[in-house]
Amino acid sequence: MANDTTPILEMRGITKTFPGVKALSDVTLSVARGEVHAICGENGAGKSTLMKVLSGVYPHGSYDGDIVFEGETCKFRTTRDSEERGIVIIHQELALSPYLSIAENIFLGNERARGGVINWAQTNRQAADLLKRVGLDEQPDTKIMDIGVGKQQLVEIAKALSKKVKLLILDEPTAALNDEDSAHLLGLLRLLKAEGITSIIISHKLNEIAAIADSTTIIRDGQSIETLDMHGAEPVSEDRIIRTMVGRDLENRYPSHTPTLGEEILRIEDWTVHHPNDPNRVVVDSAALNVRAGEIVGIAGLMGAGRTELAMSVFGHSYGAGITGKLFLHGKQVSIKTVSAAIEHGIAYATEDRKHYGLNLIEDIKRNTTAARLGKIARLGVVNSAKEITIADQFRKDMRTKTPSVDVQVGKLSGGNQQKVVLSKWLFAEPEVLILDEPTRGIDVGAKYEIYEIINKLADSGKAVIVISSELPELLGICDRIYAMSQGRITGQLPREEASQESLMRYMTMEKSGATR
Amino acid sequence: MSASTTLPAPAASPQPGKKKSESGALAAYLGGNMKQYAMIAALVVITLWFQFDTNGLMLLPNNVVSLIQQNAYVFVLTIGMVMIIVAGHIDLSVGSVVAFVGGICALMIMQWDVAWPVAVVLSILLGGIVGAWQGFWIAYVGIPAFIVTLGGMLLFRGLAIKYVGTTVGGLPSDFNALANGALPNWLGFVGNLDAVTVLIGAVAAGGLAVSQIRTRRELVRNDLRTEPFAAFVGKLVVGIAAVGYLTWLLANSAGGMPIVLIIVALLVLLYSFIMNNTIFGRHVYAMGGNLPAAMLSGVKTKRVNFLLFVNMGLLAGVAAVITTARAGSAVAAAGQNYELDAIAAAFIGGTAVNGGVGKITGAIIGALIMGVLNMGLSITDVTPEWQMVIKGLVLIAAVAFDILNKRRGK
Repeated sequence: MANDTTPILEMRGITKTFPGVKALSDVTLSVARGEVHAICGENGAGKSTLMKVLSGVYPHGSYDGDIVFEGETCKFRTTRDSEERGIVIIHQELALSPYLSIAENIFLGNERARGGVINWAQTNRQAADLLKRVGLDEQPDTKIMDIGVGKQQLVEIAKALSKKVKLLILDEPTAALNDEDSAHLLGLLRLLKAEGITSIIISHKLNEIAAIADSTTIIRDGQSIETLDMHGAEPVSEDRIIRTMVGRDLENRYPSHTPTLGEEILRIEDWTVHHPNDPNRVVVDSAALNVRAGEIVGIAGLMGAGRTELAMSVFGHSYGAGITGKLFLHGKQVSIKTVSAAIEHGIAYATEDRKHYGLNLIEDIKRNTTAARLGKIARLGVVNSAKEITIADQFRKDMRTKTPSVDVQVGKLSGGNQQKVVLSKWLFAEPEVLILDEPTRGIDVGAKYEIYEIINKLADSGKAVIVISSELPELLGICDRIYAMSQGRITGQLPREEASQESLMRYMTMEKSGATR
Repeated sequence: MSASTTLPAPAASPQPGKKKSESGALAAYLGGNMKQYAMIAALVVITLWFQFDTNGLMLLPNNVVSLIQQNAYVFVLTIGMVMIIVAGHIDLSVGSVVAFVGGICALMIMQWDVAWPVAVVLSILLGGIVGAWQGFWIAYVGIPAFIVTLGGMLLFRGLAIKYVGTTVGGLPSDFNALANGALPNWLGFVGNLDAVTVLIGAVAAGGLAVSQIRTRRELVRNDLRTEPFAAFVGKLVVGIAAVGYLTWLLANSAGGMPIVLIIVALLVLLYSFIMNNTIFGRHVYAMGGNLPAAMLSGVKTKRVNFLLFVNMGLLAGVAAVITTARAGSAVAAAGQNYELDAIAAAFIGGTAVNGGVGKITGAIIGALIMGVLNMGLSITDVTPEWQMVIKGLVLIAAVAFDILNKRRGK
């Protein structure tokens, strides 16, 4: 078991080149038996590439260097080879089939069967055992689409356990989870560690790393910079990790900003939204909020609290059914029932999921930039392409979007630069109220700072900004006022000076019965 | 160690690359436009192969004219089909719509005493109404286009059989000339070339040159990426040469400039403009590329879908008129498999199977490839069953090439 002092895994001198790019350069990684080993690095640093080399996604021969697992040099040709040795990777985008049951998913590709005929009794019984092991209280025949992302993550781990995993690799496992589910997942990792399973966890969330990792390897620009012992004599601070990740000091993760508040621009009262597929389910429950010109207002809440649903329902009823309540712009009540009407009224909503809902990835930067208000550069329905280029280029300069030209496909940009295109697109629409849903999700530390600066600039130019974020430090760092939501209701609001992670969390976890009407 | 700087530091920006040599840039440019050129190259190779194989029969002036006249309906239908496929739909009904509208057109002229020009306009409008019917179910009720147009395929075939019955023939020759005739020889001959055709060819070549030069100037003025100068000039020369050669062939043919070619050319120009330069066109691409994102950008997706099918109906109306005029009569069995011809042309012409990508000019080239295959295989006495097999394989090969090319590009 854990008495073996030789590392369970050693990767030596790993170099991987893609046409034109050196993704990994002489990377070394040593993972001790039975530990939780974190890997940190900015987006694009090469973390995922390294894990793909390890798990055989990139076959032996397509990279240089050695992989030694349990003292044996391995030459994986496929992920199947690595899984046979007990190395299982859980990707960021979960690989589950929504219409199949939990049990079917667990044994997908590894069916409990004889002669091609599935043994359902065995499948479901073994699945139930695995679910117990990961602490998931669901029936094996429940369909994946009926459980939340947090539980799906646990199903992925159950699936890994079914393969007799020795080394479990998790790529950003908590990126889509709320704090509660994240905590459960981290607890599970500790449990598995006690059972002797080694884990590698890739994460952006430094507090998580501090909480769970035994050692941390930091990768920057395709090179392994250093490995930190998290239980060493000197405690490892988050700033210490960030500094190594970005290769420079972060004096301040949030730009300072003094707001100049103007008149109230948007206000909602008694705003109630029902689920589109289930008209009896209340998703947003008599919410009220307001935002003034020049103000940055945050909305905090755990997953499922109804933050996105609230924002999208305000944005031209783009989510929900049976929407009731009053919406005021500049103190005047308005009725806005389509997205185009919302845009015309000066409301913009930048989605949390830019790849699926925000951008047309196969189209270029300039066309994405103008997409929300093409009419502005058109006459009689004919688009003025010259104007379009000039405008897109101006946004490229203002936002400092890193691209050789505005006719580059948006899908080829990094996350941070894609987000800048999303912001350009909504600024081009000239909104008065800008709702930003998770504006820095999946963006590396350096680019986040730039996004914050842009948000500040927007507020200074007199726009009302609403920021929805799952990262409480971010809300505390950039917002002037923060609302907290729980179970579809706004449970409290705090000015920046009075807000803390603890006080917000109290409101965010407030139960329905405990809240005042 | 690294110096401590406050963010945002001028982070190491990925350099777009040093200035490449002209030849390197040219190679890179050609590599990046593989799909476009592969399609044209395939057309040229297939044509030359048949030209060689038939000892020069393939490109005889009169054969080229009948190639255009025979395939005019595909050109017209595939324009609408590309737009529909780009938006992420499909239309299986156009063959039946052609039969139905074509039949009504013939009935109007022969039995209801409508003057043929009026009948033509009414037929196209009837096509639009048919499109509105299907567009209503697709856009506003939300039934997948595949289902609605599969229903339409049966529905309009049935109506065609009901109302047209047996052949409605004896259509006036002026009407038939829309598909079979040529522009009259107003200007006499230049040598033995038809002067009207030469004039139109010259205008087309000049228009091509002017528009290309203007586009390039616009790009240069805005400091945008342009194709290397050599490629630009080469393309222009080849384009003008192609127009010139076609003009020479047509001016040498028995009739001169086919009327139907003028119709098709105007439609191609009009719809290319719509797809490239109008808000409507942009919205079609935006919906095909990412439907939820388009909705959240304020695109009125229902309206766009509805209009797309109305438009397909109008174009089916045009194709119905052309088909009826070409045959000189209407039959209920007309337009059999036309939807498949149009869909195949769109896909061979590089339209993406999942929508979002596709060009009208590409689909026209796709249609030409199919047309040349049809004609070449017929001249070389390949039996119809083998023609079908070959065309089926070509369709699969074209899309496979596209997909493999994309995969390698990753």
